[in-house]
Amino acid sequence: MKKKRDLILSVILLIVLFGLSWLLNSEMDSYVRRIANLCMIYAIIGLSMNVTNGFAGQFSLGQAGFMAIGAYVVGIFTVPVAARATVFYAVPMNPAIAGIQLPVWAALLGGGLLAALVAFLIGAPILRLKGDYLAIATLGFSEIIRIVITNASSITNGALGIKDIPTLNDARYIFLATAIAFVFIAALINSSYGRAFKAIREDEIAAEAMGINLYKHKCLAFMISAFFAGVGGGLYAMLLGTVDPKNFLFTLTYNFLLIIVLGGMGSITGSMFGAIIVTAGLEYLRIFDEPLELFGMNIPLFRPGLRMVIFSVLLMVCVLFWRHGIMGTKELTWDRIAQFCKNPLAVFKRKGAAK
Amino acid sequence: MQMELFQAIANMSGANFAQHLVNGISLGSLYALIAIGYTMVYGILLMINFAHGDIVMMACYFAFFGITIFHIPWYITFVGVIIATALLGAIIERTAYRPLRDAPKNSVLISAIGASFLLENLANYLFSGRPMRFPNIPLLSQNISFGSVQIQAISFVIPVITILSLVVLLHIVNHTKIGMAMRAVSKDYEIARVMGVNIDNVISTTFIIGSALAAIGAFMWGVKYPGITPMLGVMPGLKCFIAAVIGGIGNIKGAVIGGFILGLGEIMIVAFFPQLSGYRDAFAFILLIIILFYKPTGLLGEKITEKV
Repeated sequence: MKKKRDLILSVILLIVLFGLSWLLNSEMDSYVRRIANLCMIYAIIGLSMNVTNGFAGQFSLGQAGFMAIGAYVVGIFTVPVAARATVFYAVPMNPAIAGIQLPVWAALLGGGLLAALVAFLIGAPILRLKGDYLAIATLGFSEIIRIVITNASSITNGALGIKDIPTLNDARYIFLATAIAFVFIAALINSSYGRAFKAIREDEIAAEAMGINLYKHKCLAFMISAFFAGVGGGLYAMLLGTVDPKNFLFTLTYNFLLIIVLGGMGSITGSMFGAIIVTAGLEYLRIFDEPLELFGMNIPLFRPGLRMVIFSVLLMVCVLFWRHGIMGTKELTWDRIAQFCKNPLAVFKRKGAAK
Repeated sequence: MQMELFQAIANMSGANFAQHLVNGISLGSLYALIAIGYTMVYGILLMINFAHGDIVMMACYFAFFGITIFHIPWYITFVGVIIATALLGAIIERTAYRPLRDAPKNSVLISAIGASFLLENLANYLFSGRPMRFPNIPLLSQNISFGSVQIQAISFVIPVITILSLVVLLHIVNHTKIGMAMRAVSKDYEIARVMGVNIDNVISTTFIIGSALAAIGAFMWGVKYPGITPMLGVMPGLKCFIAAVIGGIGNIKGAVIGGFILGLGEIMIVAFFPQLSGYRDAFAFILLIIILFYKPTGLLGEKITEKV
């Protein structure tokens, strides 16, 4: 009974949201659309990061590198063949790929798959590491990917980046991609694989003793995470219309780190909230970068850079004082919403009791 | 590849090689100084102090302000920078790490990343992102000629200072009371606490010593590579952490050896294979992954067995 109700409600919610994205696309100006699309793309990547970091408990900081792979596959294969000579004006494109142009969906999938393949190849050595070591090794890989991209000029146009990528600032398609990623990851987390991930997160040795193949599951989590980061990176490239190695500095990964920390490590609905709050917040914090005049006086505090200071302070405050984020490891389920509707005060009471 | 290597060696005169060697040793010494800070903190707290590289960056800015803006003589500034940076290290420990002492490791890691990110953004906000020139100190940055080769005086000064700092540090760690407390805490945190070691003091001291060494490194880094930007500390920071891992994290001598391997390796790769110079920054990461694969505890590290 309950399951059926949940399914119906979820489908209704998806349809409503899709309708909203349709409305957004036709009614709003391109600035608002861009922020909404960025929210959804960041949600995909935040979800993907949550699979490794939140559920499997493997602290990986390689998301920017996998995004770069996806973004560059989309960039390289979707720029119209005719426009390539002007894009690759410094070093001509490698003739082996110069004539290949893929449809957008194929390039996105290809980017995701290539990212997953790279994750599989590097997973073998680095998934034996734990904690800080894994973090620094994945961070190093994301930098290596960036360095290779910068140097492989005949394929990636090097430091000049790729321009003239067909843009996709269309909320409907990006919403569909986000919905697919969300449903897929939700199903994964509720499957036996997802339970194995959580077991590994809680205690690796106990998980192994229960017959869970550690390497297989870690590698799987890492590859799925890389796949969605690659797809997200491809969408990101299409939203911007250009890609450049400097877009994918490892500081980009910190955005997703904040998203999953704020939303709750190990909560997919939390990641969605985190993505919306962080992306929209970063956009609206831009007022801090502009000079402010109060009562005719120019306040010197407001100048470029303040936004990022506030952003990093938020990250610190979040970790120091609000470690579990919005959702912790819990999910926002229909059951909880129903309970909340019946007795809105109960939520606060239980929180107090738990302390 | 092999042919090219032989050709490059044949083309390189002895003098040229000596120049690369001196450069490699001085870069290695700088890495060693900074890597010690990582290794000491890791030995005691079992965490990567991601902010360590950014402490180096802040020290460069302190020196810039002392000499260029306030016109303080460089030797006084040098001492001032060491004190200010040590203070900064202690403040970071107090605000970003101490509240999380009993938190899960991932939270501490995120807090460290946050501290690093905050320092970078703060520097960007306060000092603007435009690169600034580290003050010129003629005594240190003059060129000394050896026949056809010219080498900066600082390249000789750096290894000497590094060795001096190392001797002082090893004395502190091995022959003083606070050093003994440090070793005790790094052996077993809980037992040391039970035996009456003041953990907070020991950790603060560790951060102060590590940051002071980072300040010395930063000052010389600035003389050798004079462009200062808010992101200056990121790459050296990552590489020095890698140096500490290569040597065996938690081991001071290991950090020095790792630093030298990394510094010399980087310079020599660029010297012998100029076509690979774009991949210079990748070298450290590749080395890290190879080391972790074959000898996860580093060259001098102790073997760790996991207890259930």
